[in-house]
Amino acid sequence: MFSRKNLRPARKKIKLEDGLWLKCESCGEILYRKELDQSYWICPKCNFHFRIDHQTYIKLLLDDGKLDEIDRNLVPTDPLGFPKYKEKYKTSVKKTNIKEGIISGRAKIADIPVIYAATDFGFMGGSMGSVVGEKVARAARLALKEKIPFVMLTASGGGARMQEGILSLMQMVKTSAEVALLKQAGIPYINILTHPTMAGVMASFASLGDVIIAEPGALLGFTGPRVIEQTIGEKLPPGFQRSEFLLDHGFVDIVCTRRELRDNLVRVLDVLVNHVKNQ
Amino acid sequence: MAEYYLDFEKPIVELEKRIDELHGLEGVSDEIGKLERQVDRLRKKVYSRLSRWQIVQLARHPRRPYTLDLVPYLFTEFTELHGDRGYADDSALVTGIGRFRGRSVAIAGHQKGHDTKERTKRNFGMPHPEGYRKALRIYNMAGRFKLPVINFVDTPGAYPGVGAEERGQSEAIARNLQEMSVLRTPIIVIVTGEGGSGGALAIAVGDRIYMLEYSFYSVISPEGCASILWRDSTKAPMAAEALKFTSRDNLVHGVIDDIIEEPAGGAHRDWALTAKLIGDKISEALAELEKLPADELIARRIGKFRAMGKYKNSS
Repeated sequence: MFSRKNLRPARKKIKLEDGLWLKCESCGEILYRKELDQSYWICPKCNFHFRIDHQTYIKLLLDDGKLDEIDRNLVPTDPLGFPKYKEKYKTSVKKTNIKEGIISGRAKIADIPVIYAATDFGFMGGSMGSVVGEKVARAARLALKEKIPFVMLTASGGGARMQEGILSLMQMVKTSAEVALLKQAGIPYINILTHPTMAGVMASFASLGDVIIAEPGALLGFTGPRVIEQTIGEKLPPGFQRSEFLLDHGFVDIVCTRRELRDNLVRVLDVLVNHVKNQ
Repeated sequence: MAEYYLDFEKPIVELEKRIDELHGLEGVSDEIGKLERQVDRLRKKVYSRLSRWQIVQLARHPRRPYTLDLVPYLFTEFTELHGDRGYADDSALVTGIGRFRGRSVAIAGHQKGHDTKERTKRNFGMPHPEGYRKALRIYNMAGRFKLPVINFVDTPGAYPGVGAEERGQSEAIARNLQEMSVLRTPIIVIVTGEGGSGGALAIAVGDRIYMLEYSFYSVISPEGCASILWRDSTKAPMAAEALKFTSRDNLVHGVIDDIIEEPAGGAHRDWALTAKLIGDKISEALAELEKLPADELIARRIGKFRAMGKYKNSS
């Protein structure tokens, strides 16, 4: 299924310019862009999952590819006056066409009404500052109020956003507290983990789902592999902190290809939501 | 270890030593009085304009009181409890039960060491998942017996290692945040030294959060931040300024409830007085929190964290 080569730590983001052909970042195969777009951005030769943005996930996962977005105008401040934060923020807005590294709203998945939210790695690494934390919390609160499942997809490499300092760290509590309320109320909470989900995001709302689904080969963990290598003074084994590693160690429920993602999600949601169904 | 002084402490300590020497002699009370006024002025001058980096150095002072140093001053009938009941006992994070001024309480805190042997044993105060799971075990017990929880935070961070990842460092931290948010008993948190990111936060969800005056509490270590920003960890003093993570900074940002002042020169100069000042704050907090019904307590706790963060609406 996956060669070791697929599991190498550094994946470069694909360039989304209008080239007709792309080279697979893992096996080097030359691929026709249009075909890739129709096959979930998975390399047909080696199964490498190209990184895709929040819009593409909406198309793949939600009924009619539709999200009724909420809180789309929440934007960060620069509470610490942190070096270059404003510039970085502006660059990210331009690149992703969203105002923060998360989108959230109402949607349907196989006719089941859900609250859906997704972070986007393209926006400052999908890191969590005040806005990301607040939007996750508001999405969870809406799911609680409307008594419908909350589906949370993450692509967050940086964890808590350094540029907002301690306020970012506190978003870990804010979001986890809302998940606690969902659990008390018996509202399903599902995590979809994509490459990469690390640090403050992984150590809060991304690890707490009733069911946790991960895309293959995604880097998932607390400390980044480079820091661990520096600490222990040796190379990490291949596959360390990848989805399959977490499955082996009991921290995710399902590892499935992006092609099977929606089916898995639908099956889980259906069983959790519709307790009795006539066959 | 008996003597270790930071550069900016040295002139103060030298004056203090001279005063000590004079105390044995006769007919020098004028001289002593003069020197005492001088040392007071110097101390005020130095400590009133500490840079954030100097505060980091005080927070990491090798003589700073750690959890098990404070426990004998603060608690009676203390019993340390060991193990997460799943994997191991993590000595980087200690837990126990005891009495605080007559009231039964549960206690958890990071534990560093004052010498090399102890530091190694305590893994420099950097817990593995089993440390956080042990704390959670104690919190749940405290919830059942209605024991207020008192947490002492002083860690460079959660341990960045292979075993820690294999056993789910992220999950352990996340679960503590989730469970502590809805724990049905008061939780009081005191950041006593280094508040190192997620590894600190995992025992720092509380109804009252205090910081010792010369502690810091940050999303990332100044060294880590400097490596990212300038690819140079020796620029940590600059990163410290950018991160704004001292007790005063965090009070301004609404992340902590109050600052606990330290004895003259810092907590390491007087453990007993440090413990007393912490104890008075705990008493004050308990008096307020114990009046609240559990549901109200939890609602306020969640509301408190819900209010943290800064954002605005753009149209």
